[in-house]
Amino acid sequence: MTSLDDNSKEKLRSVSVDLNNDASLVIDIPDALCERDMVKFTVHTKTTLSSFQKPDFSVPRQHEDFIWLHDTLVETEEYAGLIIPPAPPKPDFESPREKMHKLGEGEASMTKEEYAKMKQELEAEYLAVFKKTVQVHEVFLQRLSSHPVLSKDRNFQIFLEYDQDLSVRRKNAKEMFGGFFKNMVKSADEVLISGIKEVDDFFEQEKTFLLDYFSKIKDSTAKAEKMTRSHKNIADDYIHISATLNAICAEDSVGVEIRGLLEGRVASDQELKLTELLRYYMRDIQAAKDLLYRRARALANYENSNKALDKARLKSRDIPQAEEHQQQCLQKFDRLSESAKKELTSFKGRRVMAFKKNLVEMAELEIKHAKVSLTAHPIKHTV
Amino acid sequence: MASSSERSPPPFPESEDPEVLEAAVPDRDSDEDEADDPFLSASNTPLTRKDTPAAPASPDDSLVTSSQSEHRSASRSSEDFMDVLNISAKAALEDPADDFVDILRGGASAQRGEDDAPAEGGAADPPAAFTAPVMELRDGWSASSTQKPLVSEKIPDPLVELLGEASTVTDEATKPSGEVVDLFDDEGSNIFTGAVPAEPADIFTEEDDTMSDTRKHSVKNNGVHSAENTDIIAEATVELSLDSPRNERKKKPTPTPSLPAAASLTKPECSALEEVEEEEEDRCDISVSVTDPEKIGDGMTAYMAYKVSTETLLPMFRNKTFTVRRRFSDFLGLYEKLSDKHGPSGLIVPPPPEKSILGMTKVKVGKEDSSSADFQERRRGALERYLQRVVNHPLLLQDPDVREFLEKDELPRAVSTQALSGAGFLKMLNRATDAVSKMTIKMNESDVWFEEKLQEVESADQQFRKLHTMAESLVVHRKELSLNTAGFAKSAAMLGSAEDNTALSRALSQLAEVEDKIEQLHQDQAANDTFGFSELIADYIRLLGAVRGTFDQRMKAWQRWQDAQAMLQKKRETEAKLLWANKPDKLQLAKEEITEWEAKVTQYERDFERVSATVRKEVLRFQKEKTKNFKRQIMVYLESLLQSQQQMIKYWEAFLPEAKAIA
Repeated sequence: MTSLDDNSKEKLRSVSVDLNNDASLVIDIPDALCERDMVKFTVHTKTTLSSFQKPDFSVPRQHEDFIWLHDTLVETEEYAGLIIPPAPPKPDFESPREKMHKLGEGEASMTKEEYAKMKQELEAEYLAVFKKTVQVHEVFLQRLSSHPVLSKDRNFQIFLEYDQDLSVRRKNAKEMFGGFFKNMVKSADEVLISGIKEVDDFFEQEKTFLLDYFSKIKDSTAKAEKMTRSHKNIADDYIHISATLNAICAEDSVGVEIRGLLEGRVASDQELKLTELLRYYMRDIQAAKDLLYRRARALANYENSNKALDKARLKSRDIPQAEEHQQQCLQKFDRLSESAKKELTSFKGRRVMAFKKNLVEMAELEIKHAKVSLTAHPIKHTV
Repeated sequence: MASSSERSPPPFPESEDPEVLEAAVPDRDSDEDEADDPFLSASNTPLTRKDTPAAPASPDDSLVTSSQSEHRSASRSSEDFMDVLNISAKAALEDPADDFVDILRGGASAQRGEDDAPAEGGAADPPAAFTAPVMELRDGWSASSTQKPLVSEKIPDPLVELLGEASTVTDEATKPSGEVVDLFDDEGSNIFTGAVPAEPADIFTEEDDTMSDTRKHSVKNNGVHSAENTDIIAEATVELSLDSPRNERKKKPTPTPSLPAAASLTKPECSALEEVEEEEEDRCDISVSVTDPEKIGDGMTAYMAYKVSTETLLPMFRNKTFTVRRRFSDFLGLYEKLSDKHGPSGLIVPPPPEKSILGMTKVKVGKEDSSSADFQERRRGALERYLQRVVNHPLLLQDPDVREFLEKDELPRAVSTQALSGAGFLKMLNRATDAVSKMTIKMNESDVWFEEKLQEVESADQQFRKLHTMAESLVVHRKELSLNTAGFAKSAAMLGSAEDNTALSRALSQLAEVEDKIEQLHQDQAANDTFGFSELIADYIRLLGAVRGTFDQRMKAWQRWQDAQAMLQKKRETEAKLLWANKPDKLQLAKEEITEWEAKVTQYERDFERVSATVRKEVLRFQKEKTKNFKRQIMVYLESLLQSQQQMIKYWEAFLPEAKAIA
């Protein structure tokens, strides 16, 4: 059972996506409860929009509800030309829990102090994961609410307003398989349509850029993750070392000196911030991925319509019908292209802003941590 | 005997004129002449537990034993023994000058003879208040302070009386006292202040020997307790407490404080001696550095040679600075010699780094990769610290082998250090048998101090081992981190090149640069972790091993003593049986055997006690050094961590405006 207080929430905000929030619809998740594998988020909405019955309300939502919302949005044809914000990842408390378990097993081999320290560290990690989970869910909703089109979505409003349990059905096996199959088709489709000549230079550029960018950012994410892990390892080492050193000092009545426990803390804090940055990258990737899919779909649609037209012309049958269909497709594609263009441009701006914000924050954090450990050292020296 | 009570007031060490004391000494001897039989009345209880100090092997050993056997033969019948003593005392009176000179030169058996009485006396009297101080003498560090008031309490007679007494004594003894005084002034002080530290120590060791020796007699004789003894006892205790401070005082000005003496001194003096040690530690008058590892030769016969440079102010060296080239096996050879020589007596001989076949093979093969460079640097550092420890040890520094190692141009090749040679195999075998015997010896520890210390050392060893694994894993992780940081830097650079927003692109490439620098930083830090931290800990693990070794040596000595005692017991039983069976022919043989074994028991006990004292002192020294050095090293290490953090701040601060410039 973990709950977040408002204080920690404030901190969370700082890393959330830079959104052009208008006051008409403000959503946040002020509280969340973790019960075993289930996380219950309290979604709080403040609005001036008349489409809502009350100006201020909160509802309990689970992770699955978020997924449902995302899926519905994706399946809505009207939104094909939009970048649907990526669904939040499933809460994963396994790794800290597993570590906690391991720690419990290794308790005998550690000193009391060391154990307490490790436990504290793990709890901090756990809390961080928890916070992050809440954060990604919140960001998802905030992005929806800040989107001019998506914020008007009926399902979205239901999600926010309906104060009973949404009782969203979990995907059953067939649907899961269907989803999987669809994904396969989509990837195959992507390969197929990738050979098609792009009609618009903008999209052509955008496509190559995104593909390139995607691979790069994926690489960076992996590397950053690795780096973070090493940081974490070192932080753990520091904990052990400082504990052992302290034990040695305790034995030597003279006392060598109290080695800063802060050392470990700093490293792990640093790690947390780095992970946050990493998460950010991940989110960006997901957005980019999203965009790619959307684009691919638009292209596929266009392609299909063209094909249909060709077929119709070949057979010189049902030509008017086919033409109409082609017209429709073309229109749709144009519309899609247009909105996609808009979306992509805004995405770009958002991405740059997000990067800026995060890089600045990261630099500041690094400086702060280094300074903290600097100030921690003199204490050690005087002891 | 009546006079002895008057005489007993001992002068306060500092205020006292040596003459007075020395005057008293022969006088007491003469007193013993009159005295009926102080030795017979002794009961040995306090002394058994008395912590008898010890000294390193002395050249006078043979002499001591011979005189002991003399005593022993005498002691078989109490009458005989007394006679001998009386005779020797008389002799001392009749011709003290010669006698004392001889005795002092030859190993101070006279001193011993004199001290027989005090020691005996001090040990002898259960009812007297002196048992307490004696015990304290054994136990407490503060004993010297408690001792002094007690003495003054017990013997109100001030110096005046003593002087008067002394003068009368001098009158009585006429010539002897004067001679003796002279002798002590000249010869004695020479000995004490002389650069040869072994001598004074010996005197006291032997003093102890005889203490235990006489105690043995008293055990056997099981004499009646006589009231007169008290006086002697008083005097004796005083004498004891008096002797050492005086020596202490004399020893202080010696250029190289003679530490073996410290071992021979009883507890209270130890604290004083510590001060001496402190002083000595503060002046750093010798420093050794090992530099320039160089590969000599090719293929499997190749070896590493190092430049050993010494800088010293000590007069014992011919030059102030000198440099020699030594190969790795020379270092090991030095250790072998030192540990063979000093190990059994309980000194902590700093161990050199282990021979590493793997690392050396790499060097031999000639691969110039980072791991072999790493290995060489590690080893160089370890060797330097090893040598520094050796020369910092006041006793080891005196060793001719050490001097030779530092000074001599050419050293005979150390052969027994090769890991795969026959000698190496033999060593391994020895070690294995040692380990087995260690397990089989069950020592019931009589001294709580050692028990505690052993536990301390063992837990410290464990802690350090743990720390070492952690430090090693820290190094590994740090290296990993630097690798990963490098990967990230590269990746960030790629991302920057792919980025179409120019400002962001620039920021990303800047980030890549920063990460690159940080990678370098981590790499340096990893090296620092290795050399500054991990190696340091490895050093201490080795040292703790050596400390445990000294405990083992002590245990071995104890075991020898116990075995000898058991043997003696057996012989005595045989004697008793023979006596019962009335077989006089064999009885003589048995008696001889008993004497022989008694000598052995005494010898072994003395060895054990000496080892104990040395170990005690060494362990204390080690702990102090450890604390000091460890602290210093950790400081240095932390300092380096600090610096890298500062560097990190600089990097990130430089990056911050770049990030802010993204538009």
